[in-house]
Amino acid sequence: MTVLVMTSLVMLGGFVAGLVGALTGLGGGIVIVPLLTLAFHVDVHYAVGASLISVIATSSGAAAAYVREGFTNIRVGMFLEVASTSGALAGAYLALLVSPNLIAVLFGLVLLFTAVESLRPHPERVSDAPPRGLAAQLRLGSSYPGPSGPRPYQVERPGAGFALMIVAGALSALLGIGGGVLKVLAMDRTMRLPFKVSTTTSNFMIGVTAAASAAVYLGRGYIVPALAMPVMLGVLAGALVGARLLRAAETRALRLLFTAVVVVLALEMLYRGIGGKF
Amino acid sequence: MLTAAAVTLAGGVLYLAQHGGARADYHVFHDAPARLRRVPTIVADALALRSPAIIQLGLLLLLATPIARVVLSLVAFAVQRDRLYVAISALVLAALLFGLLAGGA
Repeated sequence: MTVLVMTSLVMLGGFVAGLVGALTGLGGGIVIVPLLTLAFHVDVHYAVGASLISVIATSSGAAAAYVREGFTNIRVGMFLEVASTSGALAGAYLALLVSPNLIAVLFGLVLLFTAVESLRPHPERVSDAPPRGLAAQLRLGSSYPGPSGPRPYQVERPGAGFALMIVAGALSALLGIGGGVLKVLAMDRTMRLPFKVSTTTSNFMIGVTAAASAAVYLGRGYIVPALAMPVMLGVLAGALVGARLLRAAETRALRLLFTAVVVVLALEMLYRGIGGKF
Repeated sequence: MLTAAAVTLAGGVLYLAQHGGARADYHVFHDAPARLRRVPTIVADALALRSPAIIQLGLLLLLATPIARVVLSLVAFAVQRDRLYVAISALVLAALLFGLLAGGA
């Protein structure tokens, strides 16, 4: 197919990825890497590079709006970002030494793990116990806008969250996924943040993490204009649309969407990776 | 906002570049040439209106956006005299800059 056709198709894929990403707190990278490697047969490292760009795009597209509206918890974000960025730098250097098939399998496993995690019944148990220890020292608790006024919440187990973020950052750099998956889960499950706060704060963070990884990939030549450009433009458009929709969206519907997307992609990546098709 | 401005600029620049790209009629799998990996050469080529470099420049700007976000947060914390978080933000910023500068090593 010609460059024009391919560019348009990639852009369309990017749009969908951006939309899903903005709604679920993922970076859209979850969709981009499989899309590029499976449908367009792009080498994994270039796909990851382009995907990191898309992650930054989604994050930028939606983040400003979420911060303004008061969903994002910047203190939590910054604190966790220290871990995440460090992990990302380590991961980025490592990534370029690792076999593409291994990356694909790892990708599939991570996706499956997240799908399983999301399917577990999980009542939204917002914590309002008075903060202790690290959480109190770091003043992580806050409130977010709800349909009937601000809802306060507290944060638990920030240390565990921090540790998870290092892993999330490293995986992000290896797989080009922005780490949003693990970040949302870590904030949602481990740290007991309200889901919409988790997704928006994750959105705030993943751009930063991805920028760290992308910087390294750029230096190595894995970010290619022809690929990154349509991805970026498509994703930006999708993310802006998605951000508009978030407030109206129902948390439950978002979770289902998240899970569905993840399962499908996980199976595909695992199948291909194990089969050594990369 | 800074974010929107940088992003729009990148987007617009990239859109322009697209016209150059579409003329090539082949299905390529690629390795970014050395001139597209380093900031100074990217800027130079972009100024010479070579479309891949323009795209790359746009991408660089995009990369700058989260960095700007961290800087802005740092400033906001400074204004609130929140020393702890100024320090935390500075740590993140340092990591980011390290990646950018030492990235191609």
